Amino acid sequence: MSVWLGRVTVVLKASVNDPQGLAVLDGLHAMGHAEVEQVRVGKHLDVRLQADSSEQAKERLRQMCDALLANTLIETYTVELGAPEEAAE
Amino acid sequence: MKIGVITFPGSNGDMDCIHTLEQIGGCEPELIWHKSTDLLAADALVLPGGFAHGDYLRVGAIARFSPVMREVERFAGAGRPVLGICNGFQVLTEAGLLPGALLRNQHILFRCAWVHVRVESTGSPWLAGAQTGQVLKVAVAHGQGNYFADSDSLNGLQSRSQVALRYCDADGVVTADSNHNGSVLSIAGVTNDAGNVLGMMPHPERSSDPLLGSSDGRVMFESVVRSLIGVAS
Repeated sequence: MSVWLGRVTVVLKASVNDPQGLAVLDGLHAMGHAEVEQVRVGKHLDVRLQADSSEQAKERLRQMCDALLANTLIETYTVELGAPEEAAE
Repeated sequence: MKIGVITFPGSNGDMDCIHTLEQIGGCEPELIWHKSTDLLAADALVLPGGFAHGDYLRVGAIARFSPVMREVERFAGAGRPVLGICNGFQVLTEAGLLPGALLRNQHILFRCAWVHVRVESTGSPWLAGAQTGQVLKVAVAHGQGNYFADSDSLNGLQSRSQVALRYCDADGVVTADSNHNGSVLSIAGVTNDAGNVLGMMPHPERSSDPLLGSSDGRVMFESVVRSLIGVAS
């Protein structure tokens, strides 16, 4: 059993309007960053969990995303794993 | 009739619901804490507005895992009347008891105002006493009431008359200007397929006393009491 750091990113689907991103875009333009074309605001979650393997850790994280961390009607998510650590006994 | 009003940590419309229901003939409102698994023999349930569980992660997302929600799902599945108001609507969509999702208002503003909605369908016990096309003046207070569903779901909702309320002007005309939060098809309220579960962003409980500016919301609570009496007799 190892401890894994799951890095979960949740973003609104491209087809879903993101007024928060538009507001940030306005702010960046107001600062003079005329080069910015688009901003989409999402969420980042660090989830430390115990699992036997990287496959198991990813599978658990995907279950968490489907059930709670993301609303797949309006959002998509990605799951990445950091290097494993030994679990403390 | 016993009407259970569910309090989540962060609910703030629960006492408004109790106050209004106390004014409706035949209603005995009672608060139910979200940790409870006893619905106190309620004949109908109201999930009130507020910010359940701080709106953390997504509005309504964590409330779905409150112990009372398993009982609410059973109650709704048995065809009994459930009303979700504002945050209660958000909780019901996250719980899968109603279709769609509520997004941030299109213009990003928190909107606290009087608006008009048009009754599109009277199939729900909460709207059985209203007339199709009737215009209700109701209060809204939300930052995330922008109703979203994909086009397939919308076709289904329309063909099954699940669109219950749409934002409109004072004359009952659905216009771009009266859609104050950017909801798809100006949808303000939807029901489940059976019609017993209704979710809506406006607050009928804050629109049930002429002193506050409108008593148009009363029809919803009077409707459900009459429907329940009809079932009991």
